[in-house]
Amino acid sequence: MKIVVCVKQVPDTINVRINEKTGTMEREGVPTMVNPYDLYAVEEALRVKEQHGGEVMVLSMGPPQVQDALREVISMGVDDARLLCDREFAGADTLATSYTLARGFARIGEYDLIYCGKPAIDGDTAQVGPELAEHLNLPFIGFVRKIREVRPGFICAERMTDDGGEVVESSLPAVVSVVKEINEPRLPSLRGKMKAKSFEAVTWSAADLEVDRERIGLKGSPTWVVRSFTPEPRGGGEILAGGDSAEIASKLAEKIRELGVCS
Amino acid sequence: MKIRVISEECTVCGECVEVCPIAAVKMEDDVAVILDNCNFCGLCVTACPVEAIEMTREDTAGSADKESHRGVWVFAEQREGRLAGVAAELLGEGRRIADGRGTDLTAVVFGRGLEGLAMELVTLGADRVIAADHPVLERFHDDAYAGVMTSLAEEYRPEIILCGATVQGRSFFPRVAARLRTGLTADCTELDIEEGTGNLLQTRPAYGGNIMATIACPNHRPQMSTVRPKVFKAAVPDPGRQGEIIVRTEWGDAVHTRTRVVEIMKEAVQTVNMAEADIIVSGGRGMGSAENFGLLEDLARALGGAVGASRAAVDSGWVPYARQVGQTGKTVCPKMYVACGISGQVQHLVGMQSSDMIIAINRDPEAPIFKMATVGVVGDALEIVPLLTKALTSNSSG
Repeated sequence: MKIVVCVKQVPDTINVRINEKTGTMEREGVPTMVNPYDLYAVEEALRVKEQHGGEVMVLSMGPPQVQDALREVISMGVDDARLLCDREFAGADTLATSYTLARGFARIGEYDLIYCGKPAIDGDTAQVGPELAEHLNLPFIGFVRKIREVRPGFICAERMTDDGGEVVESSLPAVVSVVKEINEPRLPSLRGKMKAKSFEAVTWSAADLEVDRERIGLKGSPTWVVRSFTPEPRGGGEILAGGDSAEIASKLAEKIRELGVCS
Repeated sequence: MKIRVISEECTVCGECVEVCPIAAVKMEDDVAVILDNCNFCGLCVTACPVEAIEMTREDTAGSADKESHRGVWVFAEQREGRLAGVAAELLGEGRRIADGRGTDLTAVVFGRGLEGLAMELVTLGADRVIAADHPVLERFHDDAYAGVMTSLAEEYRPEIILCGATVQGRSFFPRVAARLRTGLTADCTELDIEEGTGNLLQTRPAYGGNIMATIACPNHRPQMSTVRPKVFKAAVPDPGRQGEIIVRTEWGDAVHTRTRVVEIMKEAVQTVNMAEADIIVSGGRGMGSAENFGLLEDLARALGGAVGASRAAVDSGWVPYARQVGQTGKTVCPKMYVACGISGQVQHLVGMQSSDMIIAINRDPEAPIFKMATVGVVGDALEIVPLLTKALTSNSSG
């Protein structure tokens, strides 16, 4: 089977510190990384390959430095990668991004299954997966926490719902977006690292993809950021400290009762 | 390229470098330079004290017939014949937006035998209810829900559609937006109508809540947003309200679905849906083990609330992901949030900072969680929590 995983390079916001004085994010030389939620998708794809044979490819869109992120997943055992890279792609919202990725899939040609991670930690919209499915006219299963069965032409997956879960079956190809509960992504292997060292993904430009130029980048994005701002930090309140734990606990119980939230 | 630094104006003060969330501005000898990875968020434009950064856009092609779209729509999610909590919240906010825009509010509901729900939606503020009645729509299916919503939107041409950022909404609503070729803004925390243009201004957190971005969809209709549960206040039902109810049963290909639900799994442990709970007791790394979460279950029971967790506790395997509060988990807005052994990483804070009251119990007096706690206790949660449960239960019975 051929499985393609969508991967995004994001700023490493997990490890950022908050500036004590200003309450804003310390952004000095923000490092980048593979969106951590995409690694679950990569792991799941590698497992399908182990079971059925075939190939795992990764598809990404972004500036040339995304090659670093692609090398990272190559070191996990991914076979190949494609990077959609063109100044014209910049500034894309989820609609333009998913359209561009869909053109990338058209160029890839044949594939059995598309995995995405949910969500990207920077934009955090989780919209690209289902929008991509729409552009490709494929079924979509979101919030998947367990794959029960995959074989050529068929997938059975367990997805989270707001009150539990449900088991969903679909024909393939399909777009499947996974949540982090699904697995524990593997560490890079020595062989993978060797391969990653000299790896350079083939890049495709807007011209390579035969895109409709009205539908990519900033121009193809219906949504615009009209204003950005840093939210007001919320002030702290009363602190209970010192003394006997039982005493503090009963003081706290009293406070909670005063707040009048619970019956 | 539509962003540029006016080099004669630039004073090399570095504000733009400081404010850029993705390190896309670099300071060279005598001028700021915007790099290729810029995503046009506009923070640097606002931050520049001398207005030396200019961002211009070519107009997007857009829907030519903007003017023919009218009315505010709310997707009223139902599960097993009952409205999801977020439906009443969307109706409350939708009513406000519709009044501000001088237009009608329509609630759209999918399922079977929807007369009761339709009446309920009218009492919650809908001027009109469109009930899509079909056996396939009784349960959630991505294809069918997207098909029916798209078909209705094409027929009635609403100006705005709001939907809950629930599992259902986050799954099918993007598909609708893509099919209508319009914009969709996820997880809005604030909605407003812009004076003059009449555009919907959609404010949402980005970069882990460190930045708020206001987004507009000026040239495409409908304007679509998802809103997380508990962000807006629920509409109060008015039993005297009157409204129009349209029931539609013929759907043809729109309900065609390529996926099949073969089994439904109810979560056994927790009966309270965390996203809709009034009180949440949450635990983090400081709880030390899965077993210790039993202490939180006890406290939650005493308070009548649900149990949540930080990412650290979920990553340690103590609690299932469904219980995770924070940027990559759920956003909650209970009346009271009790954070036990949670230090308060920004990724956690963005998921609970709009709670009415926050109680924090943590050993480290420097923990960031105390900066936003209504009441903070410096101490070991493992010790304090059981004592607190005891204090709460003994006093309430006596």
